[in-house]
Amino acid sequence: MRGRRRTLDELLSFFSVALLTATLRSAAPLVFAAMGGLLAERSGITNIALEGFMLMGAFAAVAGTWFFHSPLIGLIVAVVVGAVGGLVFAFWTVTLRADQIVAGTAIVLLGLGLTSFLTEHIWGQAGSSPPVERLPTIGLGMNILLPVAFLLVPLTHWFLFKTKAGLRVLACGEKPEAAQAVGIDVARYRYAMVVISGLLAAVGGAYLSIGDLSQFTTNITAGRGFIALAAVIFGNWMPWPTMGAALLFGFAQALRFQVQALDLPIPQDLIIALPYLLTLVAITGLLRRSTPPAGLGRHPTGG
Amino acid sequence: MSTLPLPTERESSSPWGRVTRALPTVLSSLLAIAIALLAGAVVLALSGANPIPAYEALFAGAFGGRRELAETLVMATPLILGGLAFAVAARAGLFNIGIEGQMVVGGLCAGLVAAWDPGLPVFIHLPLAVLAGMMAGSVWGFIPGFLKAQTGAHEVITTIMLNYLAYRISTVVIGQENFPLVNPALQATLPALENARLPRLIEGTRLHAGILIALAAAAVVWFLLYRTVFGYKIRTVGLSPGAAAFAGIPWGRTIALAMLLSGLLAGLGGTVDALGLQGRYYNVTLGIGFTSIAVGLVGRNTPFGVVLAGLLFGALASGATKMQNTAGISRDIVYVLLAFVILSVSALAVAQQFRQAKRLASRARGMTRDRAAQDAGDPLVEPSPPSRAI
Amino acid sequence: MTIQDDNGTAPAVEMRGIVKRFPGVVANDGIEFAVRRGEIHALLGENGAGKSTLMNILFGLYHPDEGEIRVNGRPVRFESARDAVRAGLAMVHQHFMLIPRFTVTENIILGSEGAGIMLDRGSAGQQVAELAGRYGFDIDPEAIVGALPVGMQQRVEILRALYQGGKTLILDEPTALLTPQEVDELYDVLNRLRESGDTIIFITHKLREVAAISDRVTVIHRGRTVGTRATKETTASQLAEMMVGRAVSLRVDRPPARPGEPVLVAEDLQLLGSQGHAALNGVHLELRRGEILGICGVEGNGQAELIEVLSGLRRPQRGRVLLKGQDVTATGPNSRRRMGLSYIPEDRHGRGLVLPFSLTENVLLGNAEETPFSSGGRIDYPRSRTLTERLMRAFDVRAPTPDIAAAALSGGNQQKLIIARELHREPDALLAVQPTRGLDVGAIEFVHKQLVAERDKGRGVLLISFDLDEVMDLSDRILVLCEGRIVGDFLNGTVTRTELGLLMGGRGLDEHAPAAD
Repeated sequence: MRGRRRTLDELLSFFSVALLTATLRSAAPLVFAAMGGLLAERSGITNIALEGFMLMGAFAAVAGTWFFHSPLIGLIVAVVVGAVGGLVFAFWTVTLRADQIVAGTAIVLLGLGLTSFLTEHIWGQAGSSPPVERLPTIGLGMNILLPVAFLLVPLTHWFLFKTKAGLRVLACGEKPEAAQAVGIDVARYRYAMVVISGLLAAVGGAYLSIGDLSQFTTNITAGRGFIALAAVIFGNWMPWPTMGAALLFGFAQALRFQVQALDLPIPQDLIIALPYLLTLVAITGLLRRSTPPAGLGRHPTGG
Repeated sequence: MSTLPLPTERESSSPWGRVTRALPTVLSSLLAIAIALLAGAVVLALSGANPIPAYEALFAGAFGGRRELAETLVMATPLILGGLAFAVAARAGLFNIGIEGQMVVGGLCAGLVAAWDPGLPVFIHLPLAVLAGMMAGSVWGFIPGFLKAQTGAHEVITTIMLNYLAYRISTVVIGQENFPLVNPALQATLPALENARLPRLIEGTRLHAGILIALAAAAVVWFLLYRTVFGYKIRTVGLSPGAAAFAGIPWGRTIALAMLLSGLLAGLGGTVDALGLQGRYYNVTLGIGFTSIAVGLVGRNTPFGVVLAGLLFGALASGATKMQNTAGISRDIVYVLLAFVILSVSALAVAQQFRQAKRLASRARGMTRDRAAQDAGDPLVEPSPPSRAI
Repeated sequence: MTIQDDNGTAPAVEMRGIVKRFPGVVANDGIEFAVRRGEIHALLGENGAGKSTLMNILFGLYHPDEGEIRVNGRPVRFESARDAVRAGLAMVHQHFMLIPRFTVTENIILGSEGAGIMLDRGSAGQQVAELAGRYGFDIDPEAIVGALPVGMQQRVEILRALYQGGKTLILDEPTALLTPQEVDELYDVLNRLRESGDTIIFITHKLREVAAISDRVTVIHRGRTVGTRATKETTASQLAEMMVGRAVSLRVDRPPARPGEPVLVAEDLQLLGSQGHAALNGVHLELRRGEILGICGVEGNGQAELIEVLSGLRRPQRGRVLLKGQDVTATGPNSRRRMGLSYIPEDRHGRGLVLPFSLTENVLLGNAEETPFSSGGRIDYPRSRTLTERLMRAFDVRAPTPDIAAAALSGGNQQKLIIARELHREPDALLAVQPTRGLDVGAIEFVHKQLVAERDKGRGVLLISFDLDEVMDLSDRILVLCEGRIVGDFLNGTVTRTELGLLMGGRGLDEHAPAAD
């Protein structure tokens, strides 16, 4: 009897407010990047560059905060950098029509290289920036960006399924030739969605560097951009299920600290590896059948 | 559909024919590199560094002398193997972004076997260690191949996840306090025994037998891809799954085997570094896996091209060290250059495909007019090929 | 100067001196084309004469290199399809530009959603329903387009054209995917549209349709206008001669068939399609040596699945396939190939060839694991190459060497190469699916000759084609495939076109059929 009550207590204290907030905090950057990725993919562009945008955003936020002594300005810098990154990626994939996976990989490498290089170049120390001021918090350790992340979800849903522009975006992703045949400028909508994806992913990165931590470290994202894309796939390219997937992955990440705090006999390495294992399982589609936008990766031609 | 920048030129068996037809591709690869270097110079200049002494140091560090040349070859060795790994997977139509992880597990297993001391003679111990590395890499490559074959899981994400898992496994193994074969304080395995090391080729340099292994591997891969039935199946599956089905080639089995081979080559890359260069396996990521992607792309996924590109990027890597020491430029600029190379190659590849489409369309005889329009890119009549869903 | 018709009103559309060049070919070479308002005007030409290109130019999808276009008397320059739509033009493509996952309403309003940010599906649906009612279409605005039958999808396309305010409709080979009965329904629709004042341009290569529905017809040949006639004042053979540039014989010469024993038999094949429906619903057929067995039917009635099961690409849920008396149901394409079944696939580019491969490597497709092409896993290139050269000579594949890429060949030569490869195996049974799709007249002739030659060598040829004429020209026996079942089995010569059409459309033979054939 006593043993069972103790386990129950342990269980309840496990699923504490701390775990909940930790989950939300871990999931928030994923949600930013995932919503961006979702929009880009819905318009028909495969977007594995999210990791690169997140890194650039994380770095830009710290740099902006450091130079202008204000985390809000840092956030704005991150937004601009993310949009520019998205513009470059859009140019390569929509205008030049280069291979989207190759270009995405290049953006990720660019993000890695540029941010590491500039970190060392600006602050002279390899590996991390000096600490900077954080974004304002709203209690329980959550910063102001966190509710924004989750507000994005219904916003994305509303945009895609309740607006005229959203219908066009969906058309571009389902069958770009058909969209073009009714006079829709497919390239313009794809550019817009990709730039937004860069912007949002960069905000997700900023969340990591000036929201959660207060500095930029090399590879601060540690694959979150890819996990965000996995969330989109797992969520079947629909906003709410994608958020659910992001929460799941965030939960896996939050578990690490909770396990530490409670001193549970689960090896830490397994917990660290959990998000990646989970992504692996999710992506194999064992759990659901996936229906991507039918025109993903396709271009309309003509002229 | 976005396609790999594979040579869409005819693939033929006549050697001279291949050389002459490869020329424009080689030129465009060189052009891509030139553009990337230019862009890199702009980045350097914008961030306040002077690109000229930086690039001078880069080239000096790559080609400046006997030691530098040897160093270039040393750096090129794992890159050639990594590039071959990418190329083999690419021929099957897959993106192996997991070369990094495959090198990690390959190097780790090779390092462990090499540090193990049951008193084996060199002609058993060394091959055994190499074999361990190859097998570990092939398992790590087989997993995403198998997952894709069975469930359709996109290999880009699975290989990336396996990268992170490989790092984790490596950290765990190396961090074991009670494991006799590792040295957690040094974050490495114990040193490889003499009998399990690749011999040095030139005294006074770091050049080791790994380069010979890499070149031999390139020859083997060429033969495999272009002269065997297995290679024919791989290339068919990669270029046209529909035709492969028609020919009775099992898609799933072929891509899984291709990924196994790819992982094997990557694992070999990690192995030769551990057994030849370092003398043990270090738990540190060097980004060689990502560079291998650029090597494969610039090398147009052909063994010969990969060797050339590997040498080039080896030069870049060895030059970067000197650039860091002499001109004070962080080595990370190499990643930036890498990214620029990949971007240029992908852009030029599109231009080349477009030019080629025009050339082929004009050579067609007896073609009907609307067909010519179709082949010149009019999608309104011809149904589009299936998209890659990710 | 604008041409004016008898009523003195400007033509709905006028195209003068249109020139359009693509790399290596002049698709339109100074075309003159004018359409009167309120008429149905047929644009007639062979496959590839340049008709589709011309209409794409009219609709703003291509820009002409030279020439002038006038709509209702005013000169226009369309930068994109949107400009054309604004000028009152609308195009219904041969391969529908509909989004399968969208509803009917969403497809129709796409691109013309109107001002404002929000999308009001409810009122849009009402508008669509109203428009449909006005023209007598029977359509559910909320239906998912991908689930609709082909004839219905076409009506959605037409409705969209009307919704966009189209007064001049361009229809590109609209009957390609329809049953003869759906074609009649389409004619009704077009007549109704004409009565309400719309102008219709009708691209086709079928003489029958020109006679059935058009007021006037313009014939295009090799990128040039041959002439414009009033339909009632011309005959089919005159049009045919204009179309191909020479007197045409429309029958294929062949000696009578002498069928022997069965070589390929299918028993009660059942297969579920990708959407869960029964794609094959109990198919029985028997292909005999020395005969050409033609299967006709509208695309989407199980032909693709039937071929996949017969060739070994898929296993049926139930039923058997027997090749030369042996049960091969569980075997794959390679075993069947070795046992004497060859297959000329419908999709040259996606299945029959690997375009970037050389001709030699394409001949290896399906043969790679056998002598003389390889031994012990190693490919014997010199031998394969020599053999390819021999095949190229025997089957008149025009190319300088076997080392060039298959992509460099014309469609006709590509098909010849495929046929050479498949016939090289000297099969006992040959599956030929849409063997002349997209080929010009010379290549079509060659392919038909080859098929008849195979038959005369005592082999069985199974021909599946969506071109009823081809099936009727070539086959000794004709089967009709409808909704996954064989609904008709006739000796050629004992059944009329109309009867076949009725069966293809899923209606029985006891219904009244229109008199004209």
